[in-house]
Amino acid sequence: MSAATLPPVAASPGYWAGVLTRFSREKLAIAAGIVILLIILAAIFADVIAPADPSKASMLRRLKPLGTPGYPLGSDELGRDMLSRLIFGARLSLFMGLVPVFIAFVIGSLIGISAGFFGGRFNTLVMRTVDIFYAFPSVLLAIALSGALGAGITNSILSLTIVFIPPIARIAESVTAQVRGMDYVDAARASGAGSWLIIRAQVVGNVIGPVFVYATSLISVAMILASGLSFLGLGVKPPTPEWGLMLNTLRTAIYVQPIVAVLPGAAIFITSIAFNILSDGLRSAMEVKS
Amino acid sequence: MTPLVEIENLHVTFRGERTVHAVNGVSVSLAPGEVLGILGESGSGKSVTLKTLLRLLPERRTVITGALSVDGQDVLALEGLELANFRGGIASMIFQDPGLAFDPVYTIGDQISEAVMRHMGGTKAGAMIRARELLERVRIPSPERRLKAYPHELSGGMRQRAMIALALAGKPKLLLADEPTTALDATVQIQILLLLRQLQREFDMGMLFVTHDIGVAVEVCDRIAIMYAGQIVETGTVRDLIRDPRHPYTRGLLAANLHGAVKGMRLDAIPGAPPALNEAPTACPFAPRCASAIEVCSKTLPENADLGGGRRVRCHLASG
Amino acid sequence: MHPAAHPHPDELKALAEKSRAVKLLPNADRGGPATPLLSVTGLTKHFPLARGAVVRAVDGVDFTVKKGETLGVVGESGCGKSTTARLIMQLLDQDAGEMLFDGELVGGLELPLKEYRRQAQMVFQDSYASLNPRMTIEASVAFGPQVHGLSKNNAITRARDLLAKVGLDPARFAGRYPHELSGGQRQRVNIARALALSPRLLILDESVSALDKSVEAQVLNLLLDLREAFDLTYVFISHDLNVVRFMSDRVMVMYLGEIVEIGPVETLYAAPAHPYTRALLAAMPSMDPDRRTEEAPLAGDPPNPINPPPGCRFHPRCPFAEALCCAVRPELSPVGEDGRQVACHINTPGARHSKAPPALEIIP
Repeated sequence: MSAATLPPVAASPGYWAGVLTRFSREKLAIAAGIVILLIILAAIFADVIAPADPSKASMLRRLKPLGTPGYPLGSDELGRDMLSRLIFGARLSLFMGLVPVFIAFVIGSLIGISAGFFGGRFNTLVMRTVDIFYAFPSVLLAIALSGALGAGITNSILSLTIVFIPPIARIAESVTAQVRGMDYVDAARASGAGSWLIIRAQVVGNVIGPVFVYATSLISVAMILASGLSFLGLGVKPPTPEWGLMLNTLRTAIYVQPIVAVLPGAAIFITSIAFNILSDGLRSAMEVKS
Repeated sequence: MTPLVEIENLHVTFRGERTVHAVNGVSVSLAPGEVLGILGESGSGKSVTLKTLLRLLPERRTVITGALSVDGQDVLALEGLELANFRGGIASMIFQDPGLAFDPVYTIGDQISEAVMRHMGGTKAGAMIRARELLERVRIPSPERRLKAYPHELSGGMRQRAMIALALAGKPKLLLADEPTTALDATVQIQILLLLRQLQREFDMGMLFVTHDIGVAVEVCDRIAIMYAGQIVETGTVRDLIRDPRHPYTRGLLAANLHGAVKGMRLDAIPGAPPALNEAPTACPFAPRCASAIEVCSKTLPENADLGGGRRVRCHLASG
Repeated sequence: MHPAAHPHPDELKALAEKSRAVKLLPNADRGGPATPLLSVTGLTKHFPLARGAVVRAVDGVDFTVKKGETLGVVGESGCGKSTTARLIMQLLDQDAGEMLFDGELVGGLELPLKEYRRQAQMVFQDSYASLNPRMTIEASVAFGPQVHGLSKNNAITRARDLLAKVGLDPARFAGRYPHELSGGQRQRVNIARALALSPRLLILDESVSALDKSVEAQVLNLLLDLREAFDLTYVFISHDLNVVRFMSDRVMVMYLGEIVEIGPVETLYAAPAHPYTRALLAAMPSMDPDRRTEEAPLAGDPPNPINPPPGCRFHPRCPFAEALCCAVRPELSPVGEDGRQVACHINTPGARHSKAPPALEIIP
């Protein structure tokens, strides 16, 4: 018998269609999503849309105010165009926000789901280890790890990933433990399915949604932490444009040109708020209970 | 004698993501000291009718029309303090889940005495004595000790008794019971049913008893009203209704309750499922599932035919 | 046809024949008609709690389920009936005891667990929690057959067959998700899922308890027809004594993790031998307005199975309890001619209970 011989049945919109409908009612989250999309597009097409070379310095045109001809958002302490630096800076700032969270989402889910599903001593061992990391405030842990590993983009991503694995693993573990107690998991076991098949076919689909929503709420934290590392000199090295680093180098100009000096901070703020609002919208659209 | 409860053409509609016509023209009355069972399946509107009597429905998305009076008071017109005094003082309610009635962080004694003071006035000490009396009335052993207990420290049956004591704190004239024994084990259920029967006589209360279980209704009620799709389809004394059900739905329910069923023989089950009630019924809502439906059944809404002796049936076939 | 009506019994039989033709492997009778389908001895499950307390959920239970019969299991909360169901289904590991399925040790070499699970299936109480909310109902039903090696297409075809058998038109329902069905429809799906592996034993754990009465009647009819069409044996667990009486051939009464009485349904209901069975039956609403219940047969709540009382576990609530009952646990032993077994000293000849019959003379 082949696929063609199966008669079609009335298809149901299913869960994701419902998520889409509910999300379409979340006006604020859609707005936040559009903001994020614009920032991402700006980052991708930075070469095309940035009005100037972000690393072209001019000692004569340092710390110009907003609206200066040729410098719509002013210039920094080395006379580089702020708008162009912000646009190019979005690349690394987003990258540092998204990549560690994504890697931590994959690894943390794996750890959490297996610990939650198998339970017992394995769970105790895994979750207590996770708790040791979780016990440190994330900022301290990120600084300590980056300090130990040395400055640089790769090391920043590595340390942020390590920071985010424990909270994601914990969420994944608790959701999995709930799902494992559901009768449909027992029914699958009663059908003779082994543990891995049950995890793959019955558990993952029900766990991944809430964990994903939680992970999206960590993107803003990751961006702020990454900026913080750069600010402290533990992340990106000058002259690479990155919002946190820009905030650092401009801090001395705070009395001279305060508005220009806070622009990178505003960029970090707006982007992270947008990610948080989007995450909240996803949470209610996906009907995830906190 | 003026009725204790008089419900005239009650309609309750919930607005929201989707509209639900939960109650569609209920008229019923209850004499003082009478026990009326409201029997129906989930979604029949039985609980909604009961909650309307205490105005417990969310006001903003509920549209209520019709007339409701309890002990001569227009329930729909009550506001503020009047409503607060009405709830618990004139009419009070017991639930399936005592968790709804009790606050987990206060002792049983605190909560019952609080309700006593609220409705009867007096001192805290006097109210505590009254609370202890109430626990005795609901036959809770060692009431002194239970006064100091927290709700979670009582077993299921004890918690149910304590909730009844709480409901009686304001000496209500009307007790509304919303499936109070559904979650209980059989041997505990019968204890609570007997207790309610006894208390209803002792306190001379009227009682509206909502249940899905005919057997339970027979144990406590004088009369039974059968609800389907937000309407009362048949009313009568327990005897009449059990021995001579007139509405096809009542007959189906009795069969489904295995009343007189022969072991292993297929049951005379009602096919299908109740209507969704997105719209108010314009024809007999039971017609699609009814084995004896005729043409008129799917065209017009049947009238409430009075068959005498307190017997009313909402069926085209019964009204001839 | 009504959406919730299932095919006529004769039709169902034909469908059953057809489904046997495409079934995975024959689940044939192996032990012969007189061998019980399930024979349970000494089944025990204790759940340890903090501070040394133990929930004796199931405590040394022996019973058999004959081929083709329906064994009803009744009892109140904490009596161990649901734990027994999960033990039979091997969703829990027993602490002691063993089960023979058609004469073969469950989990042994002849009948490994995976093989046993094709022969015994279960329908749970909560129709919603027992279906994966992210799977279409045909996918849920097809899951088991796929586990046992059927191709996806064959499994789906089989799932649709079964959905038709339980009264759900596959063209309309197969692609739906659980939340789009009513409770009764979902329970039909759960029954179809349980039948997907052509089991011989079906454990129904409060499977109709959450349904409305009119829907419950439909599902009971379906279960009766399926039993006939598929030659099924049921273990029917319920707190509703009316339903158990209607469905069962024999009934097993449990109290605090033990069997107190087991026997044929008619005689057990007509003349219960154990004081607890008597109380349980007397607690049923009478359904007769002229003969309402006047006195509750038992006072208080069923006790907690944590650290149950010594001797007969029912003795603190039993009107006939004597010193013997507080000290010695009565064994489940045969009484009368009808194959009834009762665990009560009153029914044990020669027991030191004032109501016990005199000892039988042993004829050498």
